[in-house]
Amino acid sequence: MPNISIENLNIKFGAVTVLDGLNLAIADREFMVLLGPSGCGKSTLLNTVAGLIDANDGRILIDGTDVITLEPKDRGLAMVFQSYALYPQMSVRGNLGFGLKVAGLPKAEIEKRVSDAADLLQIRPLLDRKPGALSGGQRQRVAIGRALVRQTKIFLFDEPLSNLDAQLRAELRLEIKRLHQRLKTTVIYVTHDQIEALTLADRIAVMKDRIIQQLGTPEEIYERPANRFVASFVGSPAMTFLPATLVSSDGRISAKIGEVDVPLENYPFKAPPQDGMQVELGIRPEQSSLGEGPYLAKVEMVEPMGADTLVWSKLGDCSLSTRVGADTKIIPGETVPLGFVTDKISLFSKDTGLRL
Amino acid sequence: MSSLTTSPKRRSDLTIGRIGLYAFLISAALFFLLPLFVMLLTSVKPMEEIRNGNLLAFPNVFTLQPWVKAWTQACTGLKCEGIQVGFWNSWFILIPSVILSIAAGALNGYALSFWKIRGAEILFAILMLGAFVPYQVYIFPLVQITSKLGLFNTLPGIVVVHTIFGLPVMTLLFRNFYVSVPRDLFSAARVDGCGFLRIFWSVMLPMSTPIIVVAAILQTTGIWNDFILGLVFAGRENWPMTVQLNNVINSTQGEREYNVQMAATILTALVPMLVYFLSGRYFVRGIAAGAVKG
Ligand SMILES: Nc1ncnc2c1ncn2[C@@H]1O[C@H](COP(=O)(O)OP(=O)(O)OP(=O)(O)O)[C@@H](O)[C@H]1O
Ligand SMILES: [Mg+2]
Repeated sequence: MPNISIENLNIKFGAVTVLDGLNLAIADREFMVLLGPSGCGKSTLLNTVAGLIDANDGRILIDGTDVITLEPKDRGLAMVFQSYALYPQMSVRGNLGFGLKVAGLPKAEIEKRVSDAADLLQIRPLLDRKPGALSGGQRQRVAIGRALVRQTKIFLFDEPLSNLDAQLRAELRLEIKRLHQRLKTTVIYVTHDQIEALTLADRIAVMKDRIIQQLGTPEEIYERPANRFVASFVGSPAMTFLPATLVSSDGRISAKIGEVDVPLENYPFKAPPQDGMQVELGIRPEQSSLGEGPYLAKVEMVEPMGADTLVWSKLGDCSLSTRVGADTKIIPGETVPLGFVTDKISLFSKDTGLRL
Repeated sequence: MSSLTTSPKRRSDLTIGRIGLYAFLISAALFFLLPLFVMLLTSVKPMEEIRNGNLLAFPNVFTLQPWVKAWTQACTGLKCEGIQVGFWNSWFILIPSVILSIAAGALNGYALSFWKIRGAEILFAILMLGAFVPYQVYIFPLVQITSKLGLFNTLPGIVVVHTIFGLPVMTLLFRNFYVSVPRDLFSAARVDGCGFLRIFWSVMLPMSTPIIVVAAILQTTGIWNDFILGLVFAGRENWPMTVQLNNVINSTQGEREYNVQMAATILTALVPMLVYFLSGRYFVRGIAAGAVKG
């Protein structure tokens, strides 16, 4: 069964280095999401795995075999492109069956596979249309179908949902997840949408600046971001950051935010912290609470979001957001008690941005 | 509200500017149409009327005899079999040359747009140089090369020459068309298992219709109208219609038969004229499509 191992991959376009000594191992049947901002090299990495871009250095192993010199078709994978990339002159049926026809499969077999995929993706009524006569969501289904019919063990997705509207995106996201549970293939899925990443992935590789910033399960990435970038990139509404100074006296550690003193007894430090260190407290909206707690915050703004409500308040000079129940009565301008879930929050070094 | 729903009002009043514009357009049209009109008139008059009459006068006696003579009996040198020999020769040259030059240009353009070829930039620069250097420069070397290859004065010879001379512009045309095709489409075909030629044949060519039409029009008119290459490379047996026409007009003994010459000239010009009339719209559309996308 296919596991993919990327070792020391180096890719340059002329003088620009896009990937630099990248390592990534993807387990059999794993749904791996590459998440990162635009231009960080996600597509480049995916295209290299597919064999569409030549690596300057490094190896890509599929099932232990180095595939770096193999043509895309010989790597046993199928790919879905961001721009759909359907053949405009062929019908949907032709699009689905083209790869099989090129591979020289018998007509009956092609017909059967196309028909199965069409049923699975509910595009049977569209089979005789040209791609130009389809909506965005239908085109993307056809593009997924074209990958499905090849019955490969590896699927590569390059931002397949980014051209769709929000509702369709949510719908197809679910469908892709269902497909993966059913087909149990190895998937590499590229996106810059953190919700897609969190909902779909077995593991997420967060990329920026030519390297992988953090590799972990969605929970790990969300709960314990490895650095300030990952913390700010993942999560919506976003994490708020409060600058603070670490104070350590008699073995008691706390963070001083202006006049406010936040004890950090139950924060799981990786290494013993230094007194006087400049840090940032990273607090997700659900990691603070209003109505009880040792501090006082002044409410600035209330954003109802349906299921819950986001409250922006000021603690000293810093603003932060807190998630509260939708039925909580809070009025801008009032002063309310505030508390932190100190074993859940994140602490980052001001200098390096790394998690403490 | 109303300004949004009603179409802008048409201006019907004639301003000075408009009159000037029409005057210019009409005189330009006359300038180009008058000679054609005179030729048509002359070609259906008997000789005595031409000798005695006015250039612009309508014929008293209408005759198609000059057309028949031009087609079947006009002398093109020693033989007197009419311009029809050249007509068929032109087709024999035209068809393979158009097909070959378009095929070669399309393949070149495709390769240059999608495949990483070492030295592609230099290759393209040289080709473009070929498009802009006057082609007379190449005639003498090409004569030597074709005669070494035994192609001089043969039909395949002139076809090869036309293909070579068509290559720069055809390549440019197709390259500009293909660089506007999304690269993902090419990648998808590769993942689907296609090689160099299969992608070209099954994916790129089917979507190239507009640019093929433009290329076909350019090449058809260009090759049909060619004189010098046909004269030099085709050989006496294969001389195209343009060369034969020149012979008809130059090889007159005795009285100059203006009506036959005019008929022969119109016959020769007929093919490119038809191409323009039938394809004008396509042509503009194709050029525009290329311009917007590329
Ligand atoms: N053919 C190329 N030549 C030169 N530079 C390139 C080429 N392709 C990509 N790059 C550069 O490599 C970097 C990574 O590009 P890539 O397409 O992999 O980004 P991405 O993470 O997929 O971004 P997006 O989310 O916008 O798709 C970018 O800075 C881009 O400018
Ligand atoms: Mg990309």
